Amino acid sequence: MGTKTIPIVKKILNANDQIAQENNKVFKDNNILTINVMASPGSGKTSMILRTIKELSSMCRIGVIEGDTAPVTIDSDKVSNLDIPVTQINTGGECHLDAMMVRKGMEQLDLTNLDLLIIENVGNLICPAAFKLGEDFSVVVASIPEGDDKPYKYPNIYRGIQALILNKIDLLPYLDFDMDYFQKGIEVLNPGVSFFPLSCKTGEKFGPWINWLKNYL
Amino acid sequence: MHELAVTESLLRTASDYGEKNHADKVTALNIVIGSLSGIVNDSVQFYWDIITANTLCEGSKLKFCKIPAKFNCQACGNEYEIASELIPCPKCGSMDLRIIQGDEFSLESIEIEKSDQ
Repeated sequence: MGTKTIPIVKKILNANDQIAQENNKVFKDNNILTINVMASPGSGKTSMILRTIKELSSMCRIGVIEGDTAPVTIDSDKVSNLDIPVTQINTGGECHLDAMMVRKGMEQLDLTNLDLLIIENVGNLICPAAFKLGEDFSVVVASIPEGDDKPYKYPNIYRGIQALILNKIDLLPYLDFDMDYFQKGIEVLNPGVSFFPLSCKTGEKFGPWINWLKNYL
Repeated sequence: MHELAVTESLLRTASDYGEKNHADKVTALNIVIGSLSGIVNDSVQFYWDIITANTLCEGSKLKFCKIPAKFNCQACGNEYEIASELIPCPKCGSMDLRIIQGDEFSLESIEIEKSDQ
C-alpha cells in the first residue's frame, strides 16, 4: 500500500461555471440579452423588473425566470399579469439559483421568441454572488432603507457586477443614508460600475437605467 | 449558506480524481479558501462527514489553507489584510483601495492510498 498526492488545482464551483457557459451559448444563439438580478429581500427587485417590463415591452420581447425559495407565486403572478412569459423556479429552500436550475427554467420558455431574459435571483446578499447562471450582465438592486454600509458588510455581491441600481431614492429625505460613504465602498469593490440611483415607485431617474439596457438590446 | 452544494461539488471532484488514479481510498483533500469566498469551513466539514459515508472519500480529512483578504491602498501603497469587512487603510485612512487576494476557493490536491501494483 502506498500513499500519493494527486495535484488538482480546480475551482470548486467549476461544474456550475461550465453549465453557466453552456447556458450563455444558448442565449447567444437565440440573440437573447440575459440579466441576473440579485439583491436582499425587500430591496425592490420585482418592482424594478415590473417597471423595466413596462418601459421596454413595446420595443422588445421579454421573458422572466423567477427564483423563489418557496412555492409561492406572488412575484410570477405580477409578471404574468403583464402578459409576459414567466417561469418560476422553486429552489426548495436553497439560498441561490444555480446554472442547472436556470437551465430547467429555460426549458419552460420559448427562447426563439425572446430578446431580453430577466432572471430574478433569490433575495440574498451572500450566496447568489458565487453562482454564475449564464447571464450577460449581473445587476444588484440595493436600496436606501438597507443602509449605506452594505458594500462594507457584503462585499462579494457588489463585485463582478455590471450595473448597480440604488432603489428607493424617494426615501432619502427621511433616512440617514450617506451616499458618499456608500459610493466609496462601491468604488473599492467595483471601480467604474454603472450606477443608477432611482425610484421604482415614483419612476424618478429610471430613464438612465432603461437607456443603459437599450444600448445592449 | 450554500455549503452543502459546495461540499457535494468537492466530493464529485475528489472521487473523480481518486477513481482515475485507481485509489483504494482518498485520505485527505487540500483546499485553499480565501476569506472573501464566503465559505464557512466548519460547515463544509460538517456536511463532508455526512455525505462521504460509503464513498471513496469516507473518513478523509479536509485540510484548509486559509488565505486572508489583502488590499492595496492606492493612496499610500500600503498593503494590509482584513478579516472580512472592508476597512479604510489603517496607515493613511484612504478608501481608495484595490483587492489583491482573498477570492480563492479551490481544491489543490488530494491524498490517496493505493495498493502497490
